[in-house]
Amino acid sequence: MKRFAPVPVPILLAGCDGPLSTLSPAGPVATEVAWLWWAMLAGAAAIAVLVGVLIAMGFGLPRETPARRWTHGWGLGFSLAVLSTLLTAGLWVGERILPRDDGAVEVRAHAFMWGWSFTQPGEGGAMVETAGTLYIPTGQPVDVIVTSEDVIHSFWVPQLAGKIDAIPGRENVMRLQADSPGTYGGLCAEFCGVGHAGMRFELVAYAAGELPEALQPNDLAVDHADDHAEEATDD
Amino acid sequence: MTDIRATSGEIDAPDTALDIAANPPRRALGLHREMDRVWTNAEGWRGQITAVNHTTLGLRFMATALVFFAIGGILAMLIRTQLATPEGAFLDTEIYNQIFTMHGSIMMFLFAIPMLEGLAIYMLPKILGTRDLAFPRLTALGYWCYLFGGLILLFALLGGVAPREGWFMYTPLSGATYSPGINADVWLLGVTFVEISALAAAVEITVTILRQRAPGMKLTEMPLFAWYMLGTSVMMLVGFPPLILASVLLEIERAFGWPFFEVARGGDPLLWQHLFWLFGHPEVYIIFLPAAGALSTIIPVMCRTTILGYGAIVAAIVALVFLSFGLWVHHMFTVGIPHMALAFFSAASVLVAVPTAVQVFAWIGTMWKGRPEMHLPMYHVMGFFLTFVMGGLTGVMLAIVPFNWQAHDTAFVTAHLHYVLIGGFVFPMMAAAAYWMPQITGRARIKGLGEAAFWTILIGFHGTFFLMHLTGLLGMPRRIDVYPDNPEWIWLNLTSSIFGFVMTIGFALFALDLVLQAWLGPRSPRDPWRAPGLDWAMRMPPPSYNFASLPSPGRLDGGTNAAQELARGEGLLPGAPRGQREVLVTTVGSARPELVAILPGNTALPLGLAGAIGVFVLMMLSGLYWLTLPALALVAALIWVWARGMAHGRDTAPVEVAPGLSLPVHIHRYDTLGRTGAVCLLLADGTLFASLLFGVGFLSVVAPGWPPPELTGDPELGAGLIAGLVAGLGLAAVAVRLGLRAQGRGGAVLPAAAAGLLTNLAALICLGWLAATMLDDPTRHARDALRGVLAGYVGLHALIAAGMAGFALDQARRGEIADMRAGCLPAWRLWQDFAAVTALIAGAILIAQGAGE
Ligand code: HEM
Ligand SMILES: [Cu+2]
Ligand SMILES: [Cu+2]
Repeated sequence: MKRFAPVPVPILLAGCDGPLSTLSPAGPVATEVAWLWWAMLAGAAAIAVLVGVLIAMGFGLPRETPARRWTHGWGLGFSLAVLSTLLTAGLWVGERILPRDDGAVEVRAHAFMWGWSFTQPGEGGAMVETAGTLYIPTGQPVDVIVTSEDVIHSFWVPQLAGKIDAIPGRENVMRLQADSPGTYGGLCAEFCGVGHAGMRFELVAYAAGELPEALQPNDLAVDHADDHAEEATDD
Repeated sequence: MTDIRATSGEIDAPDTALDIAANPPRRALGLHREMDRVWTNAEGWRGQITAVNHTTLGLRFMATALVFFAIGGILAMLIRTQLATPEGAFLDTEIYNQIFTMHGSIMMFLFAIPMLEGLAIYMLPKILGTRDLAFPRLTALGYWCYLFGGLILLFALLGGVAPREGWFMYTPLSGATYSPGINADVWLLGVTFVEISALAAAVEITVTILRQRAPGMKLTEMPLFAWYMLGTSVMMLVGFPPLILASVLLEIERAFGWPFFEVARGGDPLLWQHLFWLFGHPEVYIIFLPAAGALSTIIPVMCRTTILGYGAIVAAIVALVFLSFGLWVHHMFTVGIPHMALAFFSAASVLVAVPTAVQVFAWIGTMWKGRPEMHLPMYHVMGFFLTFVMGGLTGVMLAIVPFNWQAHDTAFVTAHLHYVLIGGFVFPMMAAAAYWMPQITGRARIKGLGEAAFWTILIGFHGTFFLMHLTGLLGMPRRIDVYPDNPEWIWLNLTSSIFGFVMTIGFALFALDLVLQAWLGPRSPRDPWRAPGLDWAMRMPPPSYNFASLPSPGRLDGGTNAAQELARGEGLLPGAPRGQREVLVTTVGSARPELVAILPGNTALPLGLAGAIGVFVLMMLSGLYWLTLPALALVAALIWVWARGMAHGRDTAPVEVAPGLSLPVHIHRYDTLGRTGAVCLLLADGTLFASLLFGVGFLSVVAPGWPPPELTGDPELGAGLIAGLVAGLGLAAVAVRLGLRAQGRGGAVLPAAAAGLLTNLAALICLGWLAATMLDDPTRHARDALRGVLAGYVGLHALIAAGMAGFALDQARRGEIADMRAGCLPAWRLWQDFAAVTALIAGAILIAQGAGE
């Protein structure tokens, strides 16, 4: 089922590019949110200018305007109109990016101080565990089940989707999807102690049928969960 | 009618106009000498430690807050220096984490809150037309707690053991496992210590606004600043307890191993987040409302008109107070909240922009209505408009969940929060400083410097923070110290850092301007802005007593004439002929004169009490838990002494306030300032208890590690002991009432007080027995820990109730409770009822937890 019609977001400013940029989205979820942002920015700019003009017009001779025009007209009416439009748009986008039962690929992301281990389906659907890199197929919705070993972390691949916290004792789910094969930067977004800034990972989206080496059976490069402590100190 | 509980109904018939005759004029200078002798601080250094006067303490609060602002600003510069280049290499990560945590904590708890408290403490009595706040000793206690708590945090910073978990101290990172050492304890204990001052200020601000307005200043017509402060202080009473509870629970978890937030033993880190943000979101409005109050005062004066939409603004304030308690979850959109809840809190967060918009448009409408003049305060008002509107717009964006998931915890949020805090608090406070400095110092400013400071700050601020929105959208998370792999963030951060230093220069100029004005400024004419308002109807700088005689109805709009009349003693309650500090207490709604309250004079007791609390905090910090007991005993003893200071052994004749109007002195009335204050305190205490119940409910429904292990102990004996506990407290509540009835009839109060003491003690024995035999090891599971806390809460309240009964017994013995003098009975009654009801609820929960298995 194809619910998203990814429209590329124009890179309005050359400066918006970057491996962690929410403004150069590479998947439908991030694309929707990037559009939402540009729309909100335009609206906000218009409102800021409008308020600025109203303030500028306040300088000058005293003018009789009914008080209600300000408090009820602008204060209630105008703001409610703007806000309810915005809220509707937000709910609509929110509805479209939620995980749902549609047979999406399930992968696991387990956070610890200070690194990540991932479990994803490999050859023949067998689950393979990797350290520091998450592999997902391209062009398919993926549900990431996020857990934590110790303190709260947060899973974030800005070019693909928003973030979700990794909380001890809980499993949180977030949906993302990559439109084209490639390597995307990921990071921990919730402050988690001295290793926080370095708690990065990579997400590799592979084309259907081109299973990366790391996911193939008997690959010696596969890391095991117990190795992650050493792995982390290597970073 | 001799019942002291008669309200001033006779004089409070709502329709009769308040017609109070003027007192005969006297020589202003003589009157000043008579007043000043009674109201002024002691000489020299003794005066510094014994001062309780609101003018002194308000200034002291604000000056101390400015020092903390400077320290927080220096820390901000360290942060910006570190972030200017990707490798940092200037601070190591451990120190960097301490620095941003301390920057945030200092700015929120040691700068913003004390600053607004200081402004309210200084201004409110002047604006409302009274001579001091309701509880001057409490003002001083608040100040010392603030100072000592702040110093603990500062010394920790200097010693390299400052908290390092971020200003919201998320568990488990701040728990004992991942934050060994005292860093987190410094935050939990230090900030809680400082919060005593917030609660103290909130209580007396509420009481002062409700009961000390000048006669005839109706609630519905009082100056907007008072409305804003009323909203703020009610929010503080309800907002701070969840944080205090969370801090106490986390400190107990860290010190004694009782689990509340630890998953393995039935706790949940999300409980911390809920409690923290239940405080944290209202906190933002607690900071904004006083600033908005200053704006609503200043803008009409600068525009030579009156405020537009008074009623709408009051409605907006009330709406904000309520709405802001329903949005805390918008700080937790990424923790995995159910989908419907996300939609609800998103809508609520968007909605809160409406009352804010009403105010902004009312201010703009005021500008249209009048004719704005660009004096220095107006520059800062413009800075406010520009900055705050942008911060509000990004705030609305952040309330939209899908966008929040991208922007949360990035530099975008850092930018947003500084736009709101500096736009919505710092700019209005600078406007307020420019506006009120002549009132405070009696001097006019030196031309030019203030404008230069304004422009430097404005340019520096937007240069620092505007681009930071983009930095965040390019993926830079907050709270990182290096970013070697992201060259695309370099130019953004470098620009922010450079402008950060520009802004710092601006603030330095601003501080210089204040110092020069206070020190060298030429004399300011009286009422330089030709402002209405009683705050200008006095000498500048203001005398220790504010008003030699209090404003009477019809003379409430200030101005130079009013100032002279009041100084000549033509208003109410002129002078200090009885040699005591007297203020007028009025009714809540229509401000009819009700009684005369005698306020306490200079004393070092607040310093001593704050010192004793400080010893307790230090003993907790050093892990010398047994030594906290003598410290607590000292605290209790000093509180007893404090209460003794309120006791009166003799009847006092009614005071002639104006020709033909005599009012009783407060000791002969039931509904005193003290009683209103006790109600406020119980509002905060009740919120604390409700937060605790929320914790019990939350953990039992949501936490992963439930159901808990079975309770040991005989449920029947447990239920019996709880019944005994509640019965004891309830019987004591009956005893108070018997005491009050006896007092009303002029009978003996001693037996009732003794009975109250005994029943409270019996309740305590039941509780001790319960704790010793029925409660399971609190370190076993969160459920058992919470049972321990519930029992502890009830026990503390029963102990204080017993103390109050003992105090009443002592007063009865000394003959201080008599016909027409209720002594401590009204306060005891309130407390006893509260203790009994909370014990009943807590007991029911303890029993239900046993039965639920
Ligand atoms: C004087 C100019 C200021 C500058 C240059 C500044 C700069 C900064 C920076 C760069 C951060 C981000 C640290 C990070 O995420 O790595 C920060 C955090 C923060 N600032 Fe400021 N700030 C200033 C004033 C203020 C003021 C006036 C307030 C409040 C009234 C404030 C409250 C905060 C808070 C609450 C945080 C969050 C701390 C945390 O993440 O735990 N700041 N500031
Ligand atoms: Cu992290
Ligand atoms: Cu909030």
